[in-house]
Amino acid sequence: MKRWRRGEGGWPWLAAGSVAVSLLMVAALVALLGARGLAHFWPADVELVTLSDGSRFAGQRVRHVETRAETQAKAGGGARTQVLYLTGNRDLDGQYWRWVDAERITKRETPAGLIVLERQRWGEFIGRLVALREDGATQLTRDAGDDALWQALQARLARVEALRERREWLRENRVAPLARRLAAGGEADSQSQHAELTAQLKAARARIADVQRALARDSLVLESVDGRRLAQPLGEVLAAWRPNAMSPFAKLASWGQRLWAFLSEGPRAANGAGGVWPAIFGTVLMVLLMSLIVTPFGVLAAVYLNEVARQGPLISLVRIAVRNLAGVPSIVYGVFGLGVLVYGIGGSLDQWLFSEALPSPTFGTGGLLWASLTLALLTLPVVIVATEEGLARIPVHQREGALALGATRYETLRHVVLPMAMPAMLTGVILAVARAAGEVAPLMLVGAAKLAPQVPVDGEFPFLHLDSKFMHLGYHLYNVGFLGGDVERAMPLVYAIALLLVLVIAVLNLTAIFLRHHLRARHRGPYR
Amino acid sequence: MSATLSNRHAPPATPPALADFAAEASCFDLSGLSLAYDGKPALRELTLRIPRQRVTAFIGPSGCGKSTLLRALNRLHDLNDEVSRQGHIALEGQDIHAPEVDVADLRRRVGMVFQTPNPFPMSVYDNVAFGLRLQGVKRKRQLDEIVEWALDSAALWNEVKDHLHSSAWALSGGQQQRLVIARTLAVQPEVLLLDEPASALDPISTLKIEELIRTLKSRLTLVLVTHNMQQAARVSDYTAFLQAGELVEYAATDTLFTNPRLQRTENYITGRMS
Repeated sequence: MKRWRRGEGGWPWLAAGSVAVSLLMVAALVALLGARGLAHFWPADVELVTLSDGSRFAGQRVRHVETRAETQAKAGGGARTQVLYLTGNRDLDGQYWRWVDAERITKRETPAGLIVLERQRWGEFIGRLVALREDGATQLTRDAGDDALWQALQARLARVEALRERREWLRENRVAPLARRLAAGGEADSQSQHAELTAQLKAARARIADVQRALARDSLVLESVDGRRLAQPLGEVLAAWRPNAMSPFAKLASWGQRLWAFLSEGPRAANGAGGVWPAIFGTVLMVLLMSLIVTPFGVLAAVYLNEVARQGPLISLVRIAVRNLAGVPSIVYGVFGLGVLVYGIGGSLDQWLFSEALPSPTFGTGGLLWASLTLALLTLPVVIVATEEGLARIPVHQREGALALGATRYETLRHVVLPMAMPAMLTGVILAVARAAGEVAPLMLVGAAKLAPQVPVDGEFPFLHLDSKFMHLGYHLYNVGFLGGDVERAMPLVYAIALLLVLVIAVLNLTAIFLRHHLRARHRGPYR
Repeated sequence: MSATLSNRHAPPATPPALADFAAEASCFDLSGLSLAYDGKPALRELTLRIPRQRVTAFIGPSGCGKSTLLRALNRLHDLNDEVSRQGHIALEGQDIHAPEVDVADLRRRVGMVFQTPNPFPMSVYDNVAFGLRLQGVKRKRQLDEIVEWALDSAALWNEVKDHLHSSAWALSGGQQQRLVIARTLAVQPEVLLLDEPASALDPISTLKIEELIRTLKSRLTLVLVTHNMQQAARVSDYTAFLQAGELVEYAATDTLFTNPRLQRTENYITGRMS
């Protein structure tokens, strides 16, 4: 008892408890993001619901809530349960979701014939497939059997997918380069060259038109469960599945496919439809560029403060100022980046180097370079402080050892001090990466785009386009979650993007930590 | 070892047996040397000779200025703005503070080993080759030869020859200290300054270092600072006793330890005064 009164016995539990709570919270966060985000891609069963008034609709059950409506409580009705269904068919119903009272539901079935189509416009369709048509002529109807129709649909979907890819390829590799050459060439090209290019461009556009026609060949006749019919061009159908007819393994495969599509494809619209690949790419690229900029600057600044400058009140003041910079809100850096980097430096660059493109700005608008520079500025104090601490930890006798061998101050720094401070520098870079990858506020001002399906790296000189806008996971999350109209639709995507952002930052950090570990391990020999 | 190397590093003729201090050739000549840290005097008006190819030990209580003196001999104080100096130090008759003296060159001639072993964050081989590479020696064969010779001279070759390219930080403390000595020897200094080289080591490592000091005497001048009076008595030829920045007594080691001239010296070496 005396031990407890003096604190012995109690505090280790308190300390362990704090760690446990922190771990639990992190685990809960990741679990929440994982469960909500990843479940979105699972092809859930489609229910055919019959209501008490005899009407029917089909949809995927999303969630249910219990409400204790005031009026009902007065009437003694108590709680009632409302169920949310994703019904799709926005082109037929004008809405995408449907809330129904649980007590009005009289029957719930899962017939195998119900299909879900993912479409470029109008979102999902849920209902039945009636017929396949080619050039307006019916080829196959459901009289041939649901399965035969389904097989035919799959074959045609594969064709459509190939055609879409062909169209994209033509656009990127034929039309776009020719159009750029024509636009850039101007008077430099002779009359005949110009005419030839124009002819080539025309031919390429004609080939795209051919593909477009081939895409428009097939169409579907669809029917909602309440019997309304709909003609759907097959060229706009991205994927089709019959969740009720799928085995768990088939569902798992489909889940994997949809997840992969989410990760690897570009967005189709600013509302979050499609994938997030450009955002992943943009985030990683921007963070890497930021690290490349901030590391040498931060290390040199720390070397100056710690090794070169005569220690005194002025240097102490500079040091305090640097530490305080770390506390400046990130949006302030965004404002600085916009005012000084984008409008100031970028505007001047445009006048000197890209004056022929004015008034449309080249560097005078937000872009990858300015975003990376702004974040480099934001994370500079972190790198400086970490490196300085690393430098200060190096024992005096290590430096003296080099000096006593006739090394100059530079040689001592280069061969002894900096290698020993390397792990500390990398710690600084790790902290900088962690901070930069999660920043959104400054990016809104200096270059992140709502929708930029083209990644800023391509085969066109100079390969890395520092002036182009880019997508960022954090900003994308904000856009999808809070600027789109449909909250129900956005929520699972928000969770998925948040999970992805956490994973991307974790991977970036692990890379740096691995690097640091590798550097440290170099100095452990086989002796012990 | 190749013939060329053994020629180049051939030990000079064994110095004459200890006889008369006045007959010894000078390596360092200090005249009226005073040093102050930030205005506080650390050395007062030292005038003494350090003989060539002998082991000279500096003893004295903590803060007596013996380490400061050692660092003055290779101008390691240069980087410290707070240190001010008066008086002169001559190495082989030349003032080491003369403007034409290159500090890097001086430090190559006057090597130094510190209290804490300080191998660099690189391999054993690169540690020993460090000073040579600074001088622009690039040829692999030449480096290999000198590295082997230096490690052999520091009695370390047999222990590390299979681990030359693993990190020097993995060696034991005693091995690290001998590596540092090898690193210093590799640039072929004329003088080796040892600042309590064994105080951080275990007794066996200490014995090895002391043995090494006795061997090295035949080819260079050694200046040793130590807290350990038995060590001074065991390895040095001459011993200087410093107190509060002043030279109290300087004599052949045997004389100083068995028959000190001054009471202060006797008190210190018999432990009646810290």
